Amino acid sequence: MFEADPVMLSRILTGLTLAFHVIFATLGVGVPIMIALAEWMGIRRNDPHYTMLARRWARGFVITVAVGVVTGTAIGLQLSLLWPNFMQVAGQVIALPMFMEVFAFFFEAIFLGIYLYTWDRFKSKVRHFLLIIPVILGATASAFFITTVNAFMNTPQGFELVDGVMRNIQPLEAMFNPATPTKTAHVIITCYLTSAFILAMIAAWKLFRGNDHAYHKKGLHLSMVAAFIFSIGTVLIGDLSGKFLAEYQPEKLAAAEWHFETETEAPLVLGGVLNDEGEVEYALEIPYALSILAYGTPGAEVEGLNETPEDLWPPLWVHYAFDLMVFIGMYLTFISGAYLAIYKFKRHLLYNRPLLFGIIAGGPLAFVAIQSGWFYAEVGRQPWILNGLMKTAEGATQADHVGLMLILFILLYLFLGISTVLVLRGMFKKKPAEQELYERGIETRGDSA
Amino acid sequence: MTYEVLGITVLWLFLYGYLIVASIDFGAGFFHYYNKESKKDYRINKLIQRYLSPVWEITNVFLVFFFIGIVGFFPDTAYYYGSALLVPGSISIILLAIRGSYYAFNTYGAKDNRLYSFLYGATGLLIPASFTVVLTISEGGFLEVTDDRVQLQYGALFSSGYSWSVVILAIVSVLYISAMFLTYYANRAGDPQAYQLFRKYALFWSAPTIAACVLIFFTLSQHNPEHFSSMISIGWVFFLSLLFFCAAVALVYQGKYLGLAFVLVMLQYGTAWFGYGASHLPYLLYPYLTIYDGFVNEAMAIALIAAFIGGLLLLIPSLYLAMRLFLFDDEYVQGKK
Ligand code: HDD
Ligand code: HEM
Ligand code: HEM
Repeated sequence: MFEADPVMLSRILTGLTLAFHVIFATLGVGVPIMIALAEWMGIRRNDPHYTMLARRWARGFVITVAVGVVTGTAIGLQLSLLWPNFMQVAGQVIALPMFMEVFAFFFEAIFLGIYLYTWDRFKSKVRHFLLIIPVILGATASAFFITTVNAFMNTPQGFELVDGVMRNIQPLEAMFNPATPTKTAHVIITCYLTSAFILAMIAAWKLFRGNDHAYHKKGLHLSMVAAFIFSIGTVLIGDLSGKFLAEYQPEKLAAAEWHFETETEAPLVLGGVLNDEGEVEYALEIPYALSILAYGTPGAEVEGLNETPEDLWPPLWVHYAFDLMVFIGMYLTFISGAYLAIYKFKRHLLYNRPLLFGIIAGGPLAFVAIQSGWFYAEVGRQPWILNGLMKTAEGATQADHVGLMLILFILLYLFLGISTVLVLRGMFKKKPAEQELYERGIETRGDSA
Repeated sequence: MTYEVLGITVLWLFLYGYLIVASIDFGAGFFHYYNKESKKDYRINKLIQRYLSPVWEITNVFLVFFFIGIVGFFPDTAYYYGSALLVPGSISIILLAIRGSYYAFNTYGAKDNRLYSFLYGATGLLIPASFTVVLTISEGGFLEVTDDRVQLQYGALFSSGYSWSVVILAIVSVLYISAMFLTYYANRAGDPQAYQLFRKYALFWSAPTIAACVLIFFTLSQHNPEHFSSMISIGWVFFLSLLFFCAAVALVYQGKYLGLAFVLVMLQYGTAWFGYGASHLPYLLYPYLTIYDGFVNEAMAIALIAAFIGGLLLLIPSLYLAMRLFLFDDEYVQGKK
């Protein structure tokens, strides 16, 4: 039975590869900006602690980039292998941003190579700092381009469909479709946010374990300030994404909100379960909130799932994915805000254990939000691969052995995931920050703030 | 030049770029492992690493460029090759993934580990071998195409003399190209011991390279006479390639002008590669798909070409900078930086 349905297996394999890739892709887009901030602070304040942060973050970054590159290569090839029919049709319209993405990678790869191997080669420190700028631009641009492809799958435009063939194609219009602004902005800022939280998590962990070296405190402070700014941005842009959905993909929003009947003054449903009659039970309802999320006013009318034929409904479990993402978004804003408030008003309490613990939890939670956000966005588009035009089942490969490939890839990702963790741990355990500061003659042993 | 020909030429050029840079990388991985096992001087491996470390990611992008580019310019290839190559393609991906990540783990991460180094060396030969499937099936005769399905005939593939001779050529070429480059690089690095070793490898692998080429000509003439006869009609290109080969080997044998010798190797493969490609046209997949019926619409073609020119303007100066810092900076090459 399992072997019989290449469509389902293709979907699982695509979802698996993307879900694994996006872990590394997120760090690939976000960490360079944090490295740049640290290196810049090091130059501005002439503080070697920050420079050391930049160095050590960059060293870990190389490992995650490597896995990002190989899993990205995998998904790039897999799109043709698993979705040949989809690529044949959509390729006519959407090749441009994919092509440009490769250039962005190329640009990033070149400068990353240079950046990593020239730490002590230039006389001027600013010169080395400047080399990270193209890395940031390349990474962010590649996220932008690939996300426009995904945006196109949600709101396809820029062509006319005549007898199943695409005509009168306008590549730029396809790329800048209605989903592009909110989608790219939300994806990029959440990459930044997640990376900031992961780095904060590491520093907080050290402090939590009783290591109170100034190096970790500075690392925590820098990443918390950045995380707070990014989290505000995330929530604001997430709100705009909701307004986009209300206008262009109302069925996706309705599925996420279990909003079955079109109505004004729509409430927001949080959590809950669906009973056998398809009614919502045990949920928390916030009056007017859905109308506000969708249109910004409490009285607005929000389209319900009743407008969509039932066989075109997305799976209703996306509700939980959406709630989880939004909840984590609020949490991350709250915890980074709390850090800043305590820093400003009650600094002697700054490194209290509950707060540190809350920050540590933020790292993995941010990744949970990334995953649940993507699962919501992709599964919420079902049954369409190209919204309204091509069903997912029509896009998939007819080939045999997809199930076998799925097993091989599961093994590969297990292998890669475990090795990555082991290598990163080994790398930083072998040489803790204190020891490296000492070896580079930046401070003597036992020196701390 | 029509858009179709322009498109395929650009892609072929990038695949050629990948052929050269990846062969260096793949072969270096193999030599790295081999030297380590046979306890050759450890410094030689340092030399290999110093070259590879900053560039491996760049190498990978050449490949990505090709496969994203080909479905961009020729979306129908996604249908035919994508459907046919699920299994061999996935195996290539897995090998590439193991290679790339373990390279990074070994170089930046934990201490030099024997298993990592083995994986790195072995995949260096397996990947080129697995990639050859694409070129092989493009000659036709290995696919069963029905209305809604494209299937690879594994029996035909594994029992074909042609397909095995392509595999052999790919592996010996990797070792030959890589050894030729490392001979040059070791000489620049002022490391006589490494230089002698790689010179030996380079000369050793030169004869099998030519033998494999002859074998290909022979098996192709059996497998696809039409393609073979159009290769013969531009036979001078392949003759030129042979001359470049002889000159390159002669220079390395005498130990002179090693930079020029490597340029000659590039010309040897360049002429053969473009000769092979040109004589293969108009087919992308014999006899089902030509560059004319598989081509993307005109608006997208223009957009892609414009993006390509824009991209090159960005990349060429950056690549130049990288080469100046790593390849042509004597102090870096000699390990003083
Ligand atoms: C750290 C990660 C993270 C956090 C905290 C949030 N999001 Fe998000 N969200 C994503 C990570 C993400 C994502 C992974 O980046 C998605 C998946 C697809 C996409 O476009 O972005 C996404 C999609 C996504 C969508 C669907 C867009 C579409 O399918 O076109 C909406 C409506 C929201 N988000 C709304 C929000 C709101 C209102 C949040 C606030 C509290 C929020 N998100 C927090
Ligand atoms: C990087 C973050 C992404 C993640 C984590 C992700 C996740 C997923 C998941 C889980 C599925 C399976 C959904 C299902 O079938 O139920 C899926 C499907 C798919 N996604 Fe995405 N996606 C991402 C971005 C993209 C982008 C940018 C593209 C476009 C190039 C894309 C193309 C596809 C395709 C072709 C499918 C298969 C059709 C389908 O099942 O919807 N995805 N993705
Ligand atoms: C929105 C989700 C995605 C983001 C943010 C993202 C970002 C990234 C990043 C940061 C890398 C590492 C490259 C580097 O650091 O040089 C990467 C690699 C890669 N990604 Fe993704 N990616 C996403 C989804 C996808 C999808 C859906 C595809 C398939 C079309 C894809 C194709 C690739 C390829 C081919 C590479 C390897 C490039 C190379 O060789 O350098 N990515 N991606």
